[in-house]
Amino acid sequence: MSTVASALRGAPASPPAAPLLSAHGLGRRFEVARGAGALLTRRPRRFLQALRDVSLELAPGETLGIVGESGCGKSTLARCLSGLDRPDEGSIRWQGRPMATGSTPLQRARRVQMVFQDPYASLNPRMSLAQTLDEVLQVHALAATRGERADRVDELLLTVGLAPRLKHHLPHALSGGQRQRISIARALAVGPQVLIADEPVSALDASIQAQIINLLEELRERLKIAFVFISHDLNVVRHISDRIAVMYLGQVVESAATEALFEHPAHPYTRALLAAIPQTDPSRRSLVPALAGELPDPTAPPAGCSFSSRCPWVVQACRAHEPALLEQAPGHAVRCSNAAARRARTLDPIASQGESRVSAR
Amino acid sequence: MNAAAGSSQLEVEDLRVRFTTPALDLTAVDGVSFRIEAGEVFGLVGESGCGKTVTCRALIRLFGGSPPSAIGGTVRFAGRDLATLDERAWSALRGSEISMIFQDPMTSLNPTMRVGTQIAEGLQRHRGLTAREARAAAIEMLAAVGVPAAERRHLDYPHAFSGGMRQRVLIAIALACRPKLLIADEPTTALDVTVQDQILKLILKLRNDIGMSVLLVTHDIGVIAQTCDGVAVMYAGKIVESGATAQVVNRPAHPYTRALLAALPAHTRRGDPLRPIDGEPPNLAEPPPGCRFHPRCTFAIAACREIVPAPIEVEAGHRSACLRAGEIG
Repeated sequence: MSTVASALRGAPASPPAAPLLSAHGLGRRFEVARGAGALLTRRPRRFLQALRDVSLELAPGETLGIVGESGCGKSTLARCLSGLDRPDEGSIRWQGRPMATGSTPLQRARRVQMVFQDPYASLNPRMSLAQTLDEVLQVHALAATRGERADRVDELLLTVGLAPRLKHHLPHALSGGQRQRISIARALAVGPQVLIADEPVSALDASIQAQIINLLEELRERLKIAFVFISHDLNVVRHISDRIAVMYLGQVVESAATEALFEHPAHPYTRALLAAIPQTDPSRRSLVPALAGELPDPTAPPAGCSFSSRCPWVVQACRAHEPALLEQAPGHAVRCSNAAARRARTLDPIASQGESRVSAR
Repeated sequence: MNAAAGSSQLEVEDLRVRFTTPALDLTAVDGVSFRIEAGEVFGLVGESGCGKTVTCRALIRLFGGSPPSAIGGTVRFAGRDLATLDERAWSALRGSEISMIFQDPMTSLNPTMRVGTQIAEGLQRHRGLTAREARAAAIEMLAAVGVPAAERRHLDYPHAFSGGMRQRVLIAIALACRPKLLIADEPTTALDVTVQDQILKLILKLRNDIGMSVLLVTHDIGVIAQTCDGVAVMYAGKIVESGATAQVVNRPAHPYTRALLAALPAHTRRGDPLRPIDGEPPNLAEPPPGCRFHPRCTFAIAACREIVPAPIEVEAGHRSACLRAGEIG
């Protein structure tokens, strides 16, 4: 277990270092496209708030998992962290200093790299594996001669578990798992300190998923890279992450060390998300959905707490005030005024009023 | 699964589906047999390309633009051999007694028709309802699948619905005529986990209300464990293991099922590496000889390369097509 994770459990093994990458109060909004009719009738412009006051920190070598469902803002967050998109509010820092200060775009690209969900779409279909990797090395001037670059390409392929003899193949000749390995090799080519993986295994079959997750974990150990691992699959995130942030409607609603989050989930949304995972134990079945209702319209989120429209524990105050993300226990932050008032533990399954109300529904 | 012959809702025996093009000759489904009782939710689980979708499509003879060159074996629905049906009889059966929902709720609806009309269509056609009656029934059906404000929303077009709500609309269309069998091909794969949870529980509830049988196709063993009474595991066009869900999930008797379960992150301690299945599924145009799983199997012996294993009963109703099933189960 890394020192980061133990520090988060309240037992610091070493003095906390400045985070490698941090986000402070990120906000990002997109204008919703209007049809010609709306322009003629001068309907007001509408905005979708994809990120709202998102702050997080990533320590060197740490793996931060980000979970949430479609439209929660996790991909927008990934794009902002990697510099592919700019937040409208807030800032992104590198080792405590603003990301852009004293660095060129290429330098920034060498710090943070991304791996995308769909390896079919994120590789150029007309470039061989060798060309894809060689281009990166050329752009970043990472090898002096053609021969050096060729050696480095072979080395990168071996790093991600591909035989160098595949290097003249085009992406279509590879399987999904092999393509995802190439996406990872391309990201590693510049020697990044942070790898942001946005649903990297979601398009793959279970047996191949496990191969790629093992590869990522192996690379993390060997190259000491910090990971931001984004997924909707809580089992995968649990396996790979030291710490997890749960997002709902553009906000972080809970963040904690992995085991703390799974053992003592405090936010009602986290609890619903955990309960909705189909368990492989057929004796534990229920006919009651973990969460009722639908995701609200993101252009018009509910007043007060954004989860108030679906929360089984909602009280009047939840609709009146937007709760802040507050630390309930060392390293365990929750955005729920109810949880704050009653402390996280009172929402635990045993001897909890709230739980019996939920199971009765 | 042990019911006497003839009493099952659906009986599939030795189903074979072959696709032939000038460049290619492959048998996507190769000798698949299973039966589904009345009111049973039966799961078909396997990875991409294992033939589970082709199996579904062969059951209702709907292949879209790329029909197979040959379909073999027998399919009996409520005792009737479906091979004897002509195109008219098929049209009367599909959407009425057998319905199907597909993986992608975004492309399976007609974008130019109000959802209420799409639900009412089948009722008018198959049940002879008047337009007015069908509309009332459509609204009732929309409400039954949990679409709020159904009396207003039946007038909306598909684009006005979220992914989860569109899948509910598809279920409403499929179930409007109260079919005896619902075939659901990866009905929740495109959906978020809390929406998946809602939809699966809705299907179970409607099964209880209507008493239909369900064939649920998925790649997710968790979904099988939470939803199905019986299950068959497919690999490379063949069923490798079948039985009651608890038997197959708790006591897997085929190396592939075991490996599939072991590969799940939930079944590995944090910090330990996952246990993937090495290699990739075979190309069905040139399947390996003997057992199709042998190149990836940790239990493989020399005989596995030559003998195509027949299903062996390892306990009542639980079969495994593995030469070493007795040692594994």
